[in-house]
Amino acid sequence: MIAAVAPIVTPKIDWLAIAPEIALGGAGVLIVLVKALMRRRRGVFEASVVIAFVGVLVSGAFIGRQWVDVRHGGPFTTIRGMVAIDGFGVFLGMVVLIATVLALLLSIRYLQREGLDAPEYLALMTLSAAGMLAMTTAGDLVVVFVALEVLSIPLYVLAGFDRRRLTSQEAGMKYFLLGAFSSAVFLYGVALVYGATGTTSLTGIARFLAGNTVVHEGVLVAGLALLLVGLGFKVAASPFHMWTPDVYQGAPTPVTAFMASATKAAGFAALLRVLGTSFGLYQADWHLAVFGLATLSLVVGSVAGLVQRDVKRLLAYSSIAHAGYVLMGLEASTARGFSAALLYLFVYAFMVIGAFAVVLLVGGRGDERHDLDDYRGLGARRPLLAGALTFFLLAQAGMPFTGGFVVKLQVFAATVQSGQYAMTIIGVLASVVAAFYYLRVVVAMYMSEPEGGSTPAPTLPVDPATAVVLVAAVGITLFIGFLPGTFLHFARDATVIFRT
Amino acid sequence: MTNYYHSYLAVAVFVGAALLMVGAMLGVGRFVRPQRPQPEKYLTYEAGSDPVGGWGQSNVRYYVYALLFVMFDVEAVFIFPWAVRLESLGWYGLVEMAIFIIVLTLGLVYAWRKGVLRWA
Repeated sequence: MIAAVAPIVTPKIDWLAIAPEIALGGAGVLIVLVKALMRRRRGVFEASVVIAFVGVLVSGAFIGRQWVDVRHGGPFTTIRGMVAIDGFGVFLGMVVLIATVLALLLSIRYLQREGLDAPEYLALMTLSAAGMLAMTTAGDLVVVFVALEVLSIPLYVLAGFDRRRLTSQEAGMKYFLLGAFSSAVFLYGVALVYGATGTTSLTGIARFLAGNTVVHEGVLVAGLALLLVGLGFKVAASPFHMWTPDVYQGAPTPVTAFMASATKAAGFAALLRVLGTSFGLYQADWHLAVFGLATLSLVVGSVAGLVQRDVKRLLAYSSIAHAGYVLMGLEASTARGFSAALLYLFVYAFMVIGAFAVVLLVGGRGDERHDLDDYRGLGARRPLLAGALTFFLLAQAGMPFTGGFVVKLQVFAATVQSGQYAMTIIGVLASVVAAFYYLRVVVAMYMSEPEGGSTPAPTLPVDPATAVVLVAAVGITLFIGFLPGTFLHFARDATVIFRT
Repeated sequence: MTNYYHSYLAVAVFVGAALLMVGAMLGVGRFVRPQRPQPEKYLTYEAGSDPVGGWGQSNVRYYVYALLFVMFDVEAVFIFPWAVRLESLGWYGLVEMAIFIIVLTLGLVYAWRKGVLRWA
């Protein structure tokens, strides 16, 4: 017997809202298809490179259009609140796309040099970027989770992509095991929050909390805590940073650059949305947790970095510290703090990818010479390269007239403005400590000779793609350092988050 | 609320009965059977000959089949509830599922072209 079926109302889909994700995901799928159909023919890799870049550019065009739409028509949600297009999401989407382009540029020559020129690498990177984009505009915890998985699973494979190198295998394995665990924790958090509020919609949660008093807060707060753990893992905030040094060190250097810039931006997108939109009213509850996360990240990242000899590990600890600075903006929990956090992610993407571009060249064939000793005398051998690395490291340390200084100042100012003086002091102290290890690399490059008169291993020549990355990174970091105004407005406009 | 827990009473009874039954059967055997322990009795049985190593062996290449199995397994999990409600989902559901299956098939095509299905 067939019962009378009630038609399920399917949501109307605003294709333009999800076009950036579709373009990137489509590019990834197309690359797999091309690889499957032209298995042994020449030019498969070149064709995949073209597809990947076309995908990113088309995606960027749609994101640009969304930015214009949001500026004129205001933020909106679509597909029953699953996707929230607002200045905030679109801004971080741009950061993700820029980081993807730069990482792809670094990857091409690296893959050919190491004999890893498989189209799969490009497919994985574009698919991961698609997941990140979905994360920046997610309007529902379920979408956040799906996006988290879409961005993570390709990254696990990418981290272990250089299968001949034991450290790369180790990185892939560690990242996978810990990442899968953190995803489970996040999902449990989603379940608890749903249990407490009866909805998974980010704005729905906010509406529920505004209209109702939760009598037994335990479930809700526990759920929020688990969400913080899951996302804290992705952005490499301490105390969920244990994987970061090993994975950053072992993963192929372009992948590390991608992880440090794009993944961080996507993770913070979800974190800012969950805390700012859904739990804005529960600020008293999460404030202390974020304060703790920020403090620990700053301390661990700055102090543990002091004893590192491997430059990739050192940059990993610095990346933990930078997660702490972004969390400071969050801790201020004002519009000013949020816009400072956004701008920080934007500038950090350039500073960190630029630094890893130099590391990639110094690492040489095999991607293994990352010890501080390999940087001895680089200033004499390759003055331009050493100069570029010095610039990126000093920018990360917060030297005036670089973007790094401007964003640090913004973050500190935001915490002062909201009266979080303890946070400001910790931040300033941490940046003083961290400056020491950045300078250690600089000293090694300029003030010490290679040991024992041995001829140092040759540094690779700068290929055009890497040159583009270096010039862009230096240019933007300097530009923001001297003329921060335009970008400050840009980030301020972006903090208009969709709420109702 | 008590009614809610009452409905689980049957489950508890079943669990208890199962434990009791297994315990009783193994316990009776323990007391009835003769006991003459010899070290040979604790070896892995391998058709009467001396066992070589204690591990079961399976070829590592089976992992590909396991992966492909998971792919179709997940597909089935999604398709069954979809099939039940197909009528009410209409064309929208059909197109959505078509996209889903096409993308999954693409994975299979990739694996097939890569030659992982050939046992050589």
